[in-house]
Amino acid sequence: MSNVFTLLLVREARLLFRRPAELANPLVFFAVVIALFPLAVGPESQQLRNLSPGLLWVAALLAVLLSLDGLFRSDFEDGSLEQWVVSPHPLSLLVLAKVVAHWLFSGLALVLLSPLLALMLGLPAHCVPVLLVSLLLGTPVLSLLGAVGAALTVGLKRGGLLLALLILPLYIPVLILGTGALQASLQGLPAAGQLLWMASLTALAVTLAPFAIAAGLKISIGE
Amino acid sequence: MNWTWFHKWGSPKWFYEMSGRWLPWLGVAAILLLAVGLAWGLAFAPPEKYQLDSYRIIYIHVPAAFLAQSCYLLMAIAGVVSLVWKMKLADVALQQAAPIGAWLCFVSLVSGAIWGKPTWGTYWIWDARLTSMLILLFLYFGVIALGNAISNRDSAAKACAVLALVGAVNIPIIKYSVEFWNTLHQPATFTVTGKASMSADMWLPLLISVLGFYCFFATVLLMRMRLEVLRRESRASWVKAEVARLSGGNR
Repeated sequence: MSNVFTLLLVREARLLFRRPAELANPLVFFAVVIALFPLAVGPESQQLRNLSPGLLWVAALLAVLLSLDGLFRSDFEDGSLEQWVVSPHPLSLLVLAKVVAHWLFSGLALVLLSPLLALMLGLPAHCVPVLLVSLLLGTPVLSLLGAVGAALTVGLKRGGLLLALLILPLYIPVLILGTGALQASLQGLPAAGQLLWMASLTALAVTLAPFAIAAGLKISIGE
Repeated sequence: MNWTWFHKWGSPKWFYEMSGRWLPWLGVAAILLLAVGLAWGLAFAPPEKYQLDSYRIIYIHVPAAFLAQSCYLLMAIAGVVSLVWKMKLADVALQQAAPIGAWLCFVSLVSGAIWGKPTWGTYWIWDARLTSMLILLFLYFGVIALGNAISNRDSAAKACAVLALVGAVNIPIIKYSVEFWNTLHQPATFTVTGKASMSADMWLPLLISVLGFYCFFATVLLMRMRLEVLRRESRASWVKAEVARLSGGNR
């Protein structure tokens, strides 16, 4: 069972590294969106610093969402998904491997890029650990929930906008906790409470979302 | 336990016949309860001490908000039934309930905004309840959009069932997180006067209009479901006979 998991993880990693440009796209999007905000709200450093928790989280959330649009598309088109469904291994485990691989190479990269952008927005250095931990805990939830939407819309021609409509309302708790943790540490308050809540959301998403993703994929394939 | 009552729901024909019998009763109950509740509430209930007559919109606002939330619960239950027992009627109920729920949600938001202007001095504040209602509206939009986007009827219904269930699991989380966000970002500047302090001649009409809204919702849902059942089963002989009877009666 775990053997299949690692095999799939390696396969996904290999596929992703065949097209490094696609890996970079969410990161560039993240950086560009962050760069848009100072242009839109003005370069005052105090204002940017106060807005930075929200800006960073909204940009990261949109970057994850956009990267998820094509998550299952190529597997759907070349028939791999059907093979997964008929294979003796539980589909929820296989999709978990797929999402974990996706997160390792796009979500984790976002997390690693975020301190640089945070410092450019004027977030004090002592908040950076909280930013990293909150994104580390939050981006897997974003990936897993987004994968539910991606599974439901994989068979549709223009699923991108629909995916956003389906999934963005579900992202709200993550956004609130993430920005809340960052806001608290910006004001010099402890952020452990929000981070623990975020960790429980992560645990919930890891345990429940794969089943919903698997159900969604089965429906999309059965169509 | 005897499950035959449950299995009967699997038959569209049985549902069509039974709902045809219930519909007049439900419709009459809805009209009576709404007429009594709204007339009592809007015209005869005593004015509130501070808000005077402007509070009367409560008799529209609260039932609509109640129903908007119950409707999502109904959709989630229908989703479970549809996914576990593969019952077609649950699919029909889920998809037909979504637009009604969205409208009720919209009505409660708009009536809340109209009520907010005289009492709070603003149409909209980012209060926890208002925000979670707005998110609920977006969740309804998601279900409706997904149902419209998938052309195959059966998979559209199943996809909506999965989405409704995921949404239902998330609703408590969203609700608590929004409340948490609200206490974090802004203090409660406005509080609606406590419900517990309402006197009986104010809450009794409210209760009646809530019941009236429930009956109204059931009537509209059954009507929509009956139409959809006819559409789905259009090739069955009983549907052809029924349509011929109905169109013959109209001519």
